[in-house]
Amino acid sequence: MNVSQFYTANDHFVVVPAILLALFACALLLLDTWLIPNPKYRKILILAFVFPGLGFSGFQLWRLQMALSASGANELTAFNGSITMDGFALFFNWIFLISSFIVSIVSYKYMEVEGEHHGEYYALILFAQCGMFFLAAGTDLVTLFIGLELMALCFYIMVGFLRGERRSNEAAMKYLILGAFSSGFLAYGFSLMYGMSGSTKLREITTAIAARDPWDPVVFLMMATTAVGLLFKISAVPFHMWAPDAYEGAPTTVTAYLSVASKAASFAFLMRIFMGPLATVRPVWEPMMIGVAVATMTIGNLAAITQSNIKRLLAYSSISHAGYMLLGLIAGNPTGVKGVAVYVMVYAFMNLGAFAVVIALRRKGIIGEDVDDLSGLMHKSPGYAILMLVFLLSLAGIPPTAGFLGKYYIFLSLIETGHYALAVVATLYVAVALYYYFRIVRSMFVGEATEKAPVTSSVGLRFALAAAGIMTLVVGIYPEPFLQMAQSSLPK
Amino acid sequence: MDQHLLSVILFAPLASMAVLLLIPGSAKTAIKLWANIASFICFLVSIPLVTRFDKNAMSYQMVERADWIPSLGVKYMIGVDGISLLLVMLTTVVSFLAILSSWNAIEDKLKEYYAMFLLLETGMLGVFLSLDFFLFYVFWELVLVPMYFIIGVWGGPRKLYAAIKFFLYTLTGSVLMLLGILGLYFAHFDQFGFYTFEIADLLRLDLPLATQQWIFWTFFIGFAIKVPMFPFHTWLPDAHVEAPTAGSVILASVLLKMGTYGFLRFSLPLLPKASIDGTIVQILAVLSIVGILYGALVSLMQHDWKKLIAYSSVSHLGFCTLGIFALNPNGIAGSVIQQVNHGISTGMLFLIIGVIYERRHTREISEYGGLAHVMPKYAIVFAFAMLSSAGLPLLNGFVGEFTILQGAFEANRIWVAFAVAGVIFGAAYLLWLYQRTMLGQITNGKNLNLPDLSMREMFVFAPFIAWAIWIGIYPKPYFDVLEKPVAQIVERVRPGYYAGRTPTPLDQNMLPPVGGAQ
Repeated sequence: MNVSQFYTANDHFVVVPAILLALFACALLLLDTWLIPNPKYRKILILAFVFPGLGFSGFQLWRLQMALSASGANELTAFNGSITMDGFALFFNWIFLISSFIVSIVSYKYMEVEGEHHGEYYALILFAQCGMFFLAAGTDLVTLFIGLELMALCFYIMVGFLRGERRSNEAAMKYLILGAFSSGFLAYGFSLMYGMSGSTKLREITTAIAARDPWDPVVFLMMATTAVGLLFKISAVPFHMWAPDAYEGAPTTVTAYLSVASKAASFAFLMRIFMGPLATVRPVWEPMMIGVAVATMTIGNLAAITQSNIKRLLAYSSISHAGYMLLGLIAGNPTGVKGVAVYVMVYAFMNLGAFAVVIALRRKGIIGEDVDDLSGLMHKSPGYAILMLVFLLSLAGIPPTAGFLGKYYIFLSLIETGHYALAVVATLYVAVALYYYFRIVRSMFVGEATEKAPVTSSVGLRFALAAAGIMTLVVGIYPEPFLQMAQSSLPK
Repeated sequence: MDQHLLSVILFAPLASMAVLLLIPGSAKTAIKLWANIASFICFLVSIPLVTRFDKNAMSYQMVERADWIPSLGVKYMIGVDGISLLLVMLTTVVSFLAILSSWNAIEDKLKEYYAMFLLLETGMLGVFLSLDFFLFYVFWELVLVPMYFIIGVWGGPRKLYAAIKFFLYTLTGSVLMLLGILGLYFAHFDQFGFYTFEIADLLRLDLPLATQQWIFWTFFIGFAIKVPMFPFHTWLPDAHVEAPTAGSVILASVLLKMGTYGFLRFSLPLLPKASIDGTIVQILAVLSIVGILYGALVSLMQHDWKKLIAYSSVSHLGFCTLGIFALNPNGIAGSVIQQVNHGISTGMLFLIIGVIYERRHTREISEYGGLAHVMPKYAIVFAFAMLSSAGLPLLNGFVGEFTILQGAFEANRIWVAFAVAGVIFGAAYLLWLYQRTMLGQITNGKNLNLPDLSMREMFVFAPFIAWAIWIGIYPKPYFDVLEKPVAQIVERVRPGYYAGRTPTPLDQNMLPPVGGAQ
């Protein structure tokens, strides 16, 4: 028996971005906690491991992309079809990578201020990124499930990373218990899938389910339990309860990461399952998903109106964004899938940007999480205020910012597939959302500053903010190259 | 510059804004000077538009066309015809005068204030110049943000409420309009097999009535809120009362015209069957007449000077929409001229309120009386504005209202009977306002020593008055410019109209089959 038959050069080529991440994370853990546990060297360690780790992983991803486009094939598969590297997986992996990169940059000063600066935090980011890689690229139930759990475990720990703070502990506990519960549902759905097809490969499951009547009760049970698990991960109503608490309690950098990367990965996962094995069950799940999407937009938007804590407000807004993304799945045509991809991309930039501003406000003794803490920001730090305005306009979906493009694609796919009523509901919530985003704007531009000192922040944070701001505007004003990229996420 | 005249006009304010942002915030005079000079330059670059405009050309002129988002079929395409020419000129003139009028009125956050005005100017010009529906939509939404800040930051006591109300109202309308736009976009793909937002392409569509109707209603909500037509007008008095003077001027003079322009540029030509549909015409005409009468009657009851003028806008814009849905050359041409007129006269009236508000910091009508004794120049200017707004012959208002009524008479005589009542009420509330504030003895001691208009203020009013007299005495150039585009709209909505028939819009049976003669 030849070992290399289980790990071919091709297999290696496909998974090497994830392997690199795991290796760098392990090295960082070992060095920081065991070999050189001196805080003095922590900065160097982080610089020497996190960014190169992400960088090498990105380089390998780029090579994969080149190889894929050179071969002209739709996908590269590895490990007997457990992992499929296609345009879709690549597109989402780039989003994860950019989010991890930005979050690592902005975390540096924030964790220092919180007094919980440890190497393992960055190791967790790398591990989570590794899990997300498998979520986007996996086409095997076991691979997907392990990817999901790897990502989720890292997030459970990161949410509770502020050990000294009750809010953070409580958030982690809630997230862990509810998350474990939902994983159970998902595993149950997966077991039924396996039962029906006798295989863990999505491709074979798809064929097996297609052969069955979509209204078969077992198929329904399988679909429902899988959906519950997935909807929990994207924090769709009625499985959204954990999100506001987890978002509020977690360190703000983790909140940003959770709301962008975890959501993007879960959406990639959701699309894989619902556009793959469950595609033929569409008549059963489509009405259900419409209900979920409308409820998600409703609860997310209406609950956000009354929030006074920015993180909580952004948590509810992120719930409502999940509702919009679900609409792309409901439309289900290529425009809709592309719409989800575009939406996830622009959402990453604008939401990371908005959270980066909140992070910039955090200083010793000042939490800076209340809407009123942003009061008069325009007077003391106009740059931050204007950037925040751009991010909020984008979140609300006002042109010419990137957010408009995301919403635009969703509306486009809904009209194209004839979901007119749904499109009207979705557009009307744009106005509702604008109302609460502009509560923040109002406070920044009209309110009086309660605290005069201007915002100070690290170079890295400023860089991250500028990058997010520029991307939010560039994608909005000249979207063509980004739309081409999203186009590549569709099968040719 | 020759081929890109329109782009230069469109982006000159934006470029000026970029320069403005480089001036340090403490150099207040420099900021004011630059904003004034820049907006004057923006006006100057728009003058070649008039001299080079060919009134006999049948289609859009000075068109610029480039791919913007090819994967969506979106183009950067701009051009002018007679209708947009007038509105573009109105925008550049009024923007300059509004900025000039703010010299003393705005004291804090100068840089942001003028930056917002210049951004707003680019947005408004973009709305009037776009020949691509997507581009139009982007500019349409772009206008909301600076206006929100102008009301919300530099406005009166209830500015935040007014600003967000303005934003939410218009946003709700425009996102629904977006759905209608997408409906047209896919309909075009179904018929011609390629995606485009270009107006000229969309014009070739031939849609069934039912489709046109639902698209018409989505457009209607977007445009009617902007105009604003009764019953969507409630944001307007709030926005006007709370906005700073220059904000009110721009809002009344230019922003509201975006709605009527939308009807003319998009609803009528793109959806001709729906636009001539008996029920729709009747609903639109009735809403316009209700707006005319309601606005006028509410104006009669106001104690607040600015609120009075705000409600008078509802009434005057009712005339504009009535003219549009008369669906004949007189009605539509009159409507466009009335839009310009309203820009001039109401702009002036808001400036007049701004002048007195700067001196007394109150807008209660009962606080004033007999101002003509202490401020004679002011009283004369006000008289011009008031008479122009009331539609006195030889001033601009008369030309517009008369032509609209002529068109409406041709369409339906009962409409005219009601609309004429609106003219009478209009004269009543304006004359009564003039009487209560300007005439008689000075009743309030605080008014005894008010300074009259300064040179700068005179300079702000002079162009408005000159323009009002010009249109009043010699409106021919305006009608000439409008003749071709208006004829195109009418021909599109009622093919064969010029062949000698004069059917009324309600008389469906007399109409020839629609859509054939293009």
